[in-house]
Amino acid sequence: MAAVLTNLFDGIAYGMLLFVLACGLSVTLGLMNLINLAHGSFAMVAGYAAAVLVNRYGVPFLAALPLAFLVGAVLGAVMERTLYVHVYRKSHLDQVLFTIGIVFMSMATVAYVAGSAQVFIHLPGFLKARYVVGGVSMGAYRLLIIAVCGVLALGLQFILARTRFGSRLRAAVDDPVVARGLGIPVDSIFTIAFAAGSGLAGLGGALGAEVLGLDPGFPLKFMVYFLIVVTVGGSSSITGPFVAALLLGVADVAGKYYVPDLGAFVIYTVMLVMLLWRPAGLFTRAGGR
Amino acid sequence: MSAAAPHAAARAALREVARWKPAEYAFWAATAASWFLLPGQHLLLNEIAIFALFALSLDLVLGFGGIVSLGHAAYFGFGGYAAGMLAQAGYTDPLLGLAAAALASAALGFVTSFLVLRGSDLTRIMVTLSVSLVLFELANRLTWLTGGADGLQGITIGPLLGRFDFDLAGHVAYAYSLVVLFVLFLAARRIVHSPFGWTVRAVRGNALRAAAIGLAVDLRLVGIYTMAALYAGIAGALLAQSTQFVSLDMLAFHRSADLLLMLVIGGVGYLYGGMIGALVFKAMQNWVADITPEYWQFWIGLLLVLLVVIGRERIFAGSLVLARRAFGRRG
Repeated sequence: MAAVLTNLFDGIAYGMLLFVLACGLSVTLGLMNLINLAHGSFAMVAGYAAAVLVNRYGVPFLAALPLAFLVGAVLGAVMERTLYVHVYRKSHLDQVLFTIGIVFMSMATVAYVAGSAQVFIHLPGFLKARYVVGGVSMGAYRLLIIAVCGVLALGLQFILARTRFGSRLRAAVDDPVVARGLGIPVDSIFTIAFAAGSGLAGLGGALGAEVLGLDPGFPLKFMVYFLIVVTVGGSSSITGPFVAALLLGVADVAGKYYVPDLGAFVIYTVMLVMLLWRPAGLFTRAGGR
Repeated sequence: MSAAAPHAAARAALREVARWKPAEYAFWAATAASWFLLPGQHLLLNEIAIFALFALSLDLVLGFGGIVSLGHAAYFGFGGYAAGMLAQAGYTDPLLGLAAAALASAALGFVTSFLVLRGSDLTRIMVTLSVSLVLFELANRLTWLTGGADGLQGITIGPLLGRFDFDLAGHVAYAYSLVVLFVLFLAARRIVHSPFGWTVRAVRGNALRAAAIGLAVDLRLVGIYTMAALYAGIAGALLAQSTQFVSLDMLAFHRSADLLLMLVIGGVGYLYGGMIGALVFKAMQNWVADITPEYWQFWIGLLLVLLVVIGRERIFAGSLVLARRAFGRRG
């Protein structure tokens, strides 16, 4: 029983991490109908930046997290304004080619700069502690992940539901044409959302470096996971991707623990079934796009 | 004026499009000549011929069927494993292996084609991607069957037609691949100029309107997808037989991505694009790999980004238009 709960705990931490990593993608997909396979590249680059800051310059791990967000966000904003703007109006085939190109370039660049071995971030001592509550073993590091990601999820929900920016963003996602007609600056909202999403991915990459494993193959390895979160969760709310990410995290951890022989097979099959059963996502509202 | 007149005019126009152009004769003459003129390059050329066939297969799906696939390596690898396992089991005749791979991949393509009938581009991309990922994981895990990460070892391929042994310089393999490529190209050319081929194009143009004029849309997509899977399976079998090795790499994601790049380099939707693209891609890979073997991926990525940002049509504007005109695609 305790082992089950420990797995559940690990799965939740993993799932929340996936949510923070992928939520930006659901906005880009919903807002600009952009198929961005390179989302993981932002997470990887920011994760590497955090690793360098912590390991080489002695920046405390917790202070490196906001810096990782910044790296991801700045990178996202620059890429969006210089490169991505050219592909919104292009076909999906072009978007796929373009973002795969970004993935390949980022992978080769990181391998060139940092080598192809996995990189670890030195965690401070207090994060290596383990607490046992009622037989359930919980690592401090994963508790931190859950705490940070939980706060972020609540903050995102608040921004989306309660602020003027949030309501404009939701309007733009629901119908960009009409939103533009009403005078909502869809383009700049999109740039902000893209940057914030990339920043969150960067933060997730730094925060989850120990769980996810940082190596040059990162963007490809997690591309599928992000796409699962987005397609299963839909892009019309934040709850959808959140629930999808949690389910995915728990299923993946449990799958690897109980049926290690099957590996990622379970996840891919579940995704295939999901896509066929509810192509627009599990949690889409009726009438939404 | 009778109703037959426009009908006859349409027929004549279609026949005109299907006519062999001088450039096509030149293309195949040059291809055949390469076997005699470049005996030292047969290993590389053999690989190019195989990828040309693979890219031709993707062109059927993407250029004619309009389905963006990110997992076409699934059928390539499936065919490769089928041919490899058959050879391992002692049935070493290459043509038998080819037929088995074609059947196996076509069956897989037929079954999975129903998954891509509906849905947006994104859904199709993800479905094709997950099919290839599932296959990759299966091949990775079923080690007793596939050898897992070590690949299929100990494949021996018998002599071609019972007479020509495969040699290390690839002379027989290249001739074999070329003949297979040419035969399958002829079949594909015949099919895309048939009523079936034109209705597949109609479905790509607008599935709703195609259905409204009475076309069985699903049937067209299933047909073209199955046919493309068969082609990919044969390409995979050719690679497996000529290298006498099958590995997980044949199912890997980068295969599907490289394949897309080959096809868009050459241009989509006129059958020759994939073949020209395979030639350019492999030549480029050979050239860049001499300079920086490890970071070849970077240059592919850069090429992809430039292709899209500057515009595929604009980069190759001159050559692509010329090629299309020469090889007879309108528009």
